[in-house]
Amino acid sequence: MVLWWNTAGALDRQVEAAIRADATALQERRRAGDIAALVAAVEDRLAVDVQNEALYLLLTAEGRRLAGNLSTWPTEANAESPWIRIPLQRDGAVSEARLLRVDLGDGHRLLVGRDVAEKLRLRGLLSEGIAWAASASAALAVLGAWLLRRALENRLRPIYRTAAAIGTGDLTRRVPLSERGDEFDKLGATMNAMLDRIAQLMEGVRGVSDAIAHDLRTPIARARAKLEEALVSAQDEEALRAAVEQGIADLDGIARVFKAVLRIAEVEAGARRAAFAPIDLAPVLTDMAELYGASAEAQDQHLEAELDETLPLVGDRDLLAQAVVNLLDNALKFTPEGGTVRLAAHRLDDVLEIAVADDGPGMPPADRQRAGERFFRADSARTTPGSGLGLSLVRAVATLHGGEVALSDTHPGAERPGLTVTLRLPAS
Amino acid sequence: MRILLVEDDAEVARFVRKGLMEAGHTVEHAVNGRDGLFMAASEQFDVLVLDRMLPGGVDGVRLVETLRGQGNRTPVLFLSALNAVDERVKGLKAGGDDYLTKPFAFAELLARVEALGRRPAAEVPTTRLKVADLELDLLSRTVTRGGKKIDVQPREFRLLEHLMRHAGQVVTRTMLLEKVWDYHFDPQTNVIDVHVSRLRHKLDKGFEKPLIHTVRNAGYMIRAD
Repeated sequence: MVLWWNTAGALDRQVEAAIRADATALQERRRAGDIAALVAAVEDRLAVDVQNEALYLLLTAEGRRLAGNLSTWPTEANAESPWIRIPLQRDGAVSEARLLRVDLGDGHRLLVGRDVAEKLRLRGLLSEGIAWAASASAALAVLGAWLLRRALENRLRPIYRTAAAIGTGDLTRRVPLSERGDEFDKLGATMNAMLDRIAQLMEGVRGVSDAIAHDLRTPIARARAKLEEALVSAQDEEALRAAVEQGIADLDGIARVFKAVLRIAEVEAGARRAAFAPIDLAPVLTDMAELYGASAEAQDQHLEAELDETLPLVGDRDLLAQAVVNLLDNALKFTPEGGTVRLAAHRLDDVLEIAVADDGPGMPPADRQRAGERFFRADSARTTPGSGLGLSLVRAVATLHGGEVALSDTHPGAERPGLTVTLRLPAS
Repeated sequence: MRILLVEDDAEVARFVRKGLMEAGHTVEHAVNGRDGLFMAASEQFDVLVLDRMLPGGVDGVRLVETLRGQGNRTPVLFLSALNAVDERVKGLKAGGDDYLTKPFAFAELLARVEALGRRPAAEVPTTRLKVADLELDLLSRTVTRGGKKIDVQPREFRLLEHLMRHAGQVVTRTMLLEKVWDYHFDPQTNVIDVHVSRLRHKLDKGFEKPLIHTVRNAGYMIRAD
């Protein structure tokens, strides 16, 4: 439309402008001289009009023709509007004229116009051209869209095939990547990374359910057996009561393990950032040292704390306390009478190092790899009480805080090397 | 005390109700949040025990928020099967006063309910606490028994203060860790017992009558007799 208005419309406007300019010039001529000058001017114009397009008609008030190449005054020229459009019969051909009525003011009547047949033809050609161009570009656009869509579909097909396969449960599938490294490859690579993470989480869940199946089923079976035995063979009420009490204690133990497993899962899922706040770990560690100091003393062990004055970080106070408690718990459990457990915490540039060192039997390097897996208990620890979850939680808490856990010998090379667990957390 | 229990699980409700009644309390029971809210708003209770998740469109948190919005300050204890610590924070933020995770020992529930129900007394400013011949001066932070000064460490002082503020009531190990140490986790080992027995040793040395009693399967209680 814009194109049409710009071209065909411009033709019309050009003709009208020419007529208006011509009419103004003739009016000027009349104003400057007498009617004869005007007649001469009209005749001059007709004489030099090689394209044979100009149309004039000058009449006296009585209707007598003074000059011009139009034979009669058209009736349309008496209409309100000075602009008229009339069909024209010239040289045997039908044409169209655009005319402007000019009032000369002295009774003379003048029509100035142009034969627009040529322009009309040009306009027709233009319209046709535009129509062709429009249909051609529309056809091209449709074709282009179809091709683009096909190309998109081809590039996306592997992605949605993979997604569909995964939707039906086949988690091993990955999006094949082309070598192009374009947006589609980026999308595929992102999807693959996401799928790897999901697979890893699923693996974790499977690991937990296996561990739960094993490590919870055993105590449940034990508690059940004890209760059943009491029901069948308890001699008196006293024995029955004792068995029930034991059963409740067993169940509490199971619930505690269960809670710990859930807590670890919760921490690992990273869902516990809500309680994160800027805190100073120093008073927390002091509290924990004090809390466990009494226990150590009661077992004739020493608990020494060596802490920096402030240990600022952003974290979850209760979780960090729980992690340190788990480490102290373990350390005290494996430290002999008269032995020493050291809780040390220092700031090294932008890292807080919290180390719990014990005098115990230590841990062989092979076990260190597995320490921190849920329910893992070194063979040497089988006889001590515990669920094998303590270090898992410590590890999960460290990861949640963007830190890590390292295990090492307290006294390398010694017969009883002892174990040092070091937590490295980013300081704030 | 008059207690409102809002709990949809019939078995848990029966068990809690029976236990509380045996401990000498009056218990009203609602099975959903809407009824619970209606009763809590229209009657006078000393403590509300609410399940965190309730049927009927009004869950525990909503119920408390509504009550608090009406200016009702009745102490609220949440019971919840949701272990997540964020849930505890959410419950307390909504206006709950305490939070207990299922499964729980009844003794723990009873101790917490009684502590909540008698809480206002503890908020009255006092400068001296007294149980039998044991006296605790909160201003000079000294402990005397039978006129004899007993040296205690600051933490032991706070431990004793908490026990004495709840004299005659059972205080569980978890409650002590929460109130005296201000940590919220499960003290899996006997750390609290060690502190209590140390304090007990200091208090009872040279006296015939023990003051801090161990309540089996529950916790501790300080009382005169």
